[in-house]
Amino acid sequence: MAERNLKYKWTSSAAYLFLSPALSAIFIFFFIPVIAAFIMSFTDFDIYSLGNWSNARFVGFDNYLRLFDDPLFWTALKNTFYYVFAATPISIAVSLSAALLLNSKLIKYKGIFRLSYFIPVITTLVAVAIVWRFIYHPRFGILNYLLSFFSIDPVDWLGDPNWAMPAIILMSVWKNFGYNMIIFIAGLQNIPEHLYEAARIEGAGKWQQFKNITLPMLAPTTIFISIITMIGFFQLFAEPYIMTQGGPLNSTLSIVQYMYQEGFRWWNMGYSASLAFVLFFIIFIGTIIQFKVQKTSDI
Amino acid sequence: MLIKKILLYSFLLVTSLITLAPFFWMVSASFMHDGHANVYPPIFFPDEFTLVQYKSLFSRLDVARNFVNSLFLSVAVTLISLFFNSMAGYAFAKFRFKGRKSLFNFLLSAMIIPAQVTMLPLFLMLKSLGLINTYMAIIIPGLANIFGIFLIRQYVISIPNSLIEAAKIDGATEFQLYRQVILPLSLPILVTLALFTFMTTWNDFLWPLIALTDNSMYTLPVALANLMLEHTKDPELMMAGSVVTILPVMIVFLALQKYYVKGIMMGSVKE
Repeated sequence: MAERNLKYKWTSSAAYLFLSPALSAIFIFFFIPVIAAFIMSFTDFDIYSLGNWSNARFVGFDNYLRLFDDPLFWTALKNTFYYVFAATPISIAVSLSAALLLNSKLIKYKGIFRLSYFIPVITTLVAVAIVWRFIYHPRFGILNYLLSFFSIDPVDWLGDPNWAMPAIILMSVWKNFGYNMIIFIAGLQNIPEHLYEAARIEGAGKWQQFKNITLPMLAPTTIFISIITMIGFFQLFAEPYIMTQGGPLNSTLSIVQYMYQEGFRWWNMGYSASLAFVLFFIIFIGTIIQFKVQKTSDI
Repeated sequence: MLIKKILLYSFLLVTSLITLAPFFWMVSASFMHDGHANVYPPIFFPDEFTLVQYKSLFSRLDVARNFVNSLFLSVAVTLISLFFNSMAGYAFAKFRFKGRKSLFNFLLSAMIIPAQVTMLPLFLMLKSLGLINTYMAIIIPGLANIFGIFLIRQYVISIPNSLIEAAKIDGATEFQLYRQVILPLSLPILVTLALFTFMTTWNDFLWPLIALTDNSMYTLPVALANLMLEHTKDPELMMAGSVVTILPVMIVFLALQKYYVKGIMMGSVKE
């Protein structure tokens, strides 16, 4: 690295001065709370401890054991997994398709199309969730109106336990695909043109080029995208909060929403902390697995 | 070739319109009279254009107050964190000190900890300081963030050391160097990060929902979510509220979009 050649000797004291504001803030308001939450998850911190912290007692693994017997926790876990494992691949497929289309040499005015696909990403989640809640309205919603042209009977999207989660997934994909599309476009542009030329000379068709060049060359991008998308989706909260309040019949209750309810509505903060750590643990494992996949696909 | 081109264009056009359709409907319904968005079959354009929904938002429901809260908090968090993150990013990029690499890697790996984990203790911490339901409850957790430090570091690393050395020889102090050499040269990444931070803070929901407990302190998303509970049957009013919430971020984004896209690229090439 070039910085080794510096003639001037940098003083570390100046470095620490520059670091200290940001690092103290991150230490005090991020790392300490993480550790505190971990400790809290082994206590029975509840509404009585809120006024006087010494009312909280250590209960060992009780909170984590309680999770196992808590049907609502299993429901929330199942719903969150359903959401993540449906929304992530769909979102990636849509992003990739959009990126491939916009990468086509036949197209001009790419900027306009890219922008319209991207707009949902930057908008306020709460506001668009409200908009979609009305779009999904069983009687007056636009979606049912449009479907009526294909003689599909009105669906109570957010009121039917079987349709509520798919409805939330559709909205999430719409909201998020533009972000990954941008990363995919960059990935596509980084694939050297000569690979395609060589393939064409050897007589490979469009599909073969896609399968043997585009997909493998995009593998690292895809892994990265699936990690960040998955981490984001595991934190599902605002969509069910606004659109269904976790219902109907808890069919859209997510882990974060359950954590919020236990912690900040019923003040069962010890129990809520154990939920937070389960979420962290799941995200951690998910990330590790995808890194492993990346390692093996590199070889 | 021509047919293929026409097909491609029409597909792109139709899907773009579908993607934007919820926004068209949002804007259109926000200019309708009460009940006009609650009819079957739906009407897509107001048959009589009216500002009555916006009027009741700002007069009866005092959304202006929430708008000011959102604006103030987003600007404050953006400016403060930009200052903190840029100093730390500069230090990681250009200084050599003990533990630099391991400290940086440690911070990077901590990025997978979801923010929700910190929220319970953070709430108790701020509560014991009497800061819940104040602006500080939002500003404090936003003082600095790892992603911001990372972004700045990646950029500052590419600033040639010769420029820094020249300023050193001219007798600049460390802080002058940061302010007069590093900051101006990092302007593009500072704009990118400012845009990211502004939009994240403006759009944030869960933490403001927890940390702000009073309607006069609510940010727009929290106020809107609360309004929704009482006005489930007033799509026209709710659409006006959504327009008011989305419009500012939309404008800021459209004005600075190339910086935003650059930021996504830089954020996606870590390691």
